[in-house]
Amino acid sequence: MSERTVELEVLRYNPETDGEPHFQRYSVTCREEWVVLDALNHIKETVDPTLSYRWSCHMAVCGSCGMMIDGEPKLACKTFLRDYPGVIRVEPLAHFPVERDLVTVIDDFIAKLTRVKPYLIPKEEKPVAAGEYRQTPAQLKRYKQFTLCINCMLCYAACPEYGIIPKFLGPAAISLAHRWNQDSRDGGRAQRQEEIAATEGVWECSFTGACSEVCPEHVDPAAALQQVKIKSTVDWYLAHTMPWLNK
Amino acid sequence: METITSDIAIIGAGGAGLRAAIALAQADPRLRIALISKVYPMRSHTCAAEGGAAGVIKGDDSLEQHFNDTVGGGDWLCDQDAVDYLVQEAPKELLQLEHWGCPWSRELDGSVAVRPFGGMKIQRTWFAADKTGFHLLHTLFQTSLQFSSIERYDEYYATDLLVDEGRCCGLTAIEMRSGQMRQFRARAVIIAGGGAGRMFPFTTNGAIKTGDGMALAYRAGVPLKDMEFVQYHPTGLPSTGTLLTEACRGEGGVLLNKHGRRFLQDYGMGPETPIGKPVLKTMELGPRDRLSQAFWHEQKKGNMVTTQWGDAMLLDMRHLGEQKINERLPLVRDMSISYMGVDPVRDPVPVRPVVHYMMGGIHTDIRAATPLAGLYAAGECACVSINGANRLGSNSLTELLVFGRRAALSAMEYLASDPGRGNSQAIDAQAEAARARVRALFQKSGGESIAGLRKEMMHTLEQHAGIYRSGEGLSEACATLAALRRRYANIELHDKTNVYNTDLLQALELGSMLDCAEAVAVSALERRESRGAHQRLDFTERDDARYLKHSLASFQGAAAPRVDYSDVVITKSQPGVRDYSGGHA
Repeated sequence: MSERTVELEVLRYNPETDGEPHFQRYSVTCREEWVVLDALNHIKETVDPTLSYRWSCHMAVCGSCGMMIDGEPKLACKTFLRDYPGVIRVEPLAHFPVERDLVTVIDDFIAKLTRVKPYLIPKEEKPVAAGEYRQTPAQLKRYKQFTLCINCMLCYAACPEYGIIPKFLGPAAISLAHRWNQDSRDGGRAQRQEEIAATEGVWECSFTGACSEVCPEHVDPAAALQQVKIKSTVDWYLAHTMPWLNK
Repeated sequence: METITSDIAIIGAGGAGLRAAIALAQADPRLRIALISKVYPMRSHTCAAEGGAAGVIKGDDSLEQHFNDTVGGGDWLCDQDAVDYLVQEAPKELLQLEHWGCPWSRELDGSVAVRPFGGMKIQRTWFAADKTGFHLLHTLFQTSLQFSSIERYDEYYATDLLVDEGRCCGLTAIEMRSGQMRQFRARAVIIAGGGAGRMFPFTTNGAIKTGDGMALAYRAGVPLKDMEFVQYHPTGLPSTGTLLTEACRGEGGVLLNKHGRRFLQDYGMGPETPIGKPVLKTMELGPRDRLSQAFWHEQKKGNMVTTQWGDAMLLDMRHLGEQKINERLPLVRDMSISYMGVDPVRDPVPVRPVVHYMMGGIHTDIRAATPLAGLYAAGECACVSINGANRLGSNSLTELLVFGRRAALSAMEYLASDPGRGNSQAIDAQAEAARARVRALFQKSGGESIAGLRKEMMHTLEQHAGIYRSGEGLSEACATLAALRRRYANIELHDKTNVYNTDLLQALELGSMLDCAEAVAVSALERRESRGAHQRLDFTERDDARYLKHSLASFQGAAAPRVDYSDVVITKSQPGVRDYSGGHA
């Protein structure tokens, strides 16, 4: 089996001991099929136990190991060393405060996610004993892709607006709000609208599409944002040109 | 030390912990709920469950059949009253998830779809493509956000339970962000801390599955039950251990040896069924223990294909076609391509058995109550027991919902008895002692390496506590693990700082795993029979006269655990023959 020596340049920052973040260079012998996370684990086990980062599933579903790899937001468990011929630069996700080394603070996202009411607000109440809400495969398909968000924060790290305007709800929170709005069982759009149609909601998005490009689950947050914008615009016109429709 | 006071504290915010929290919040909005987890809820390992959740919903099915499949699948070591409760509550819980918006896959008429699963005679596994656990977890997490009474403590690592006058009165936990110890006072505690697959080197389990919840209860005097039963899932990728769901076979995938033979027919699971027409409860839809054992025998015979990661069998899904694979098994395709470089649409995928699930765990009764007053447990960390000697695929997601809720209801009943909060000074002293124990780790300079001890533990379990075991090997494992626990006293931290110190975290996790590993090895050594996932080369038969019993391993400090036995609850199904031949009734 083939091995090669890989150079990793990892951003280190410990708020207790470091005035400024700095890069540390590690040289590790890696197997051909390794991902960046394997290399970090190898460093932690054999070279430097002080290196801190989050990880768990190693299968791109828990969303823990988002980091900047050569300047791009990536999941370390799904980024293969073989795709990087030179020195690999590993940094914490952009646009988030650094807690320590590659660990970022994601309180902002959790607060925003909570604000958009990401749960079913039933269109019609129905007791559980009455059985399931019917939902055809076609109805499922309308929102299914937006359920695939693993909250890995890569889209926030890629989003130029979020970098400039931290209040912006951001791609994942808006996609998840849209996920519920599009669900045939849900009737909560009006309640969510207050948050997502606000200035810091969808309107900050300048549609660069960077969020959709970096999404490891092929969710298309940019599409969600545009659909929300269109629907919000329609709402505005209806409210202003046909006010009698408002109840 | 900062003290956080609530009514009920929950350790673990995966499926079981979240389900418990929501049940409490809905039942009584005045309850203060502390939901404490070493990771953000959506990082919990429930997210990695793929295939589905079992519950009777279709007209051709019955609770009795789900019961029979589960009890037989568990080689009659399940408590039958608990299984009864599981199968009764299962459809309600899965429907409740539907009402909370879980994106279950559907039939054309809009009803919930079900798929075949191993060891199940009827199709009853609800699924959301091949990311069922992920959707279940996120549905629960997002649903939980509407309840302000659920106060989350994300990235807090629980170190000790606080016990006074025989009652559990809270816990201590390290806030990872600051490294500071916090004291959580509660009138009842629910542990939902997940399994311990990381004791083994080759596992589907995420890095966080280190048996912390089990160890907390064990050290507080609650026995660990049936720890010798460790499930190998037959189909993991040999490179990484990544799980390829049983649904691969449920949808029609077949297992081949290097000669292209569907070898399961040679191990009591034949005759061969037609390709692309899977027959329930036979061949590839046999139970996980039998399939993993068949692999072991074929490997001995030299019938496996050789890969750079060791021997493997072949999982052939090509006949399913690209469209069905994309629709039903998109994650499987993605993982196979990414981590093995094999596209299941075009080639068979090499797979081999991989440690997946702990049937054993914290001893609870059917109410999810442990013998320690005020302490409850649910999910993989608990052993209630509905899985017996071998869990059937798709029963564990159901279990964490049913018994997560049950733990919440039991804890509320307990609160109604007004148990009090214990002697505050005595509890403070315990919390201080817990803090001192963790701080002492920073002072040690014994030179033992955390990664080194971990590697030895993993190697020992893999070598001696795998698919087949022997008395000789297990004795050696017990001796090695006892020595590793002694050496653990001399571990040395390299990171002496406070903020998000993963060196410390891994040291504590290793401590949990070593305690659980010893319980596994000692319980396995003591069980001189073969049953379900516990197969002894020196005691090859099931021995109902002596071992139709649960093992209960009790913590004895530095010494090896004491193993006692308790009766299995049998209500209506007497132990019989597990027949997975195509001729079964």
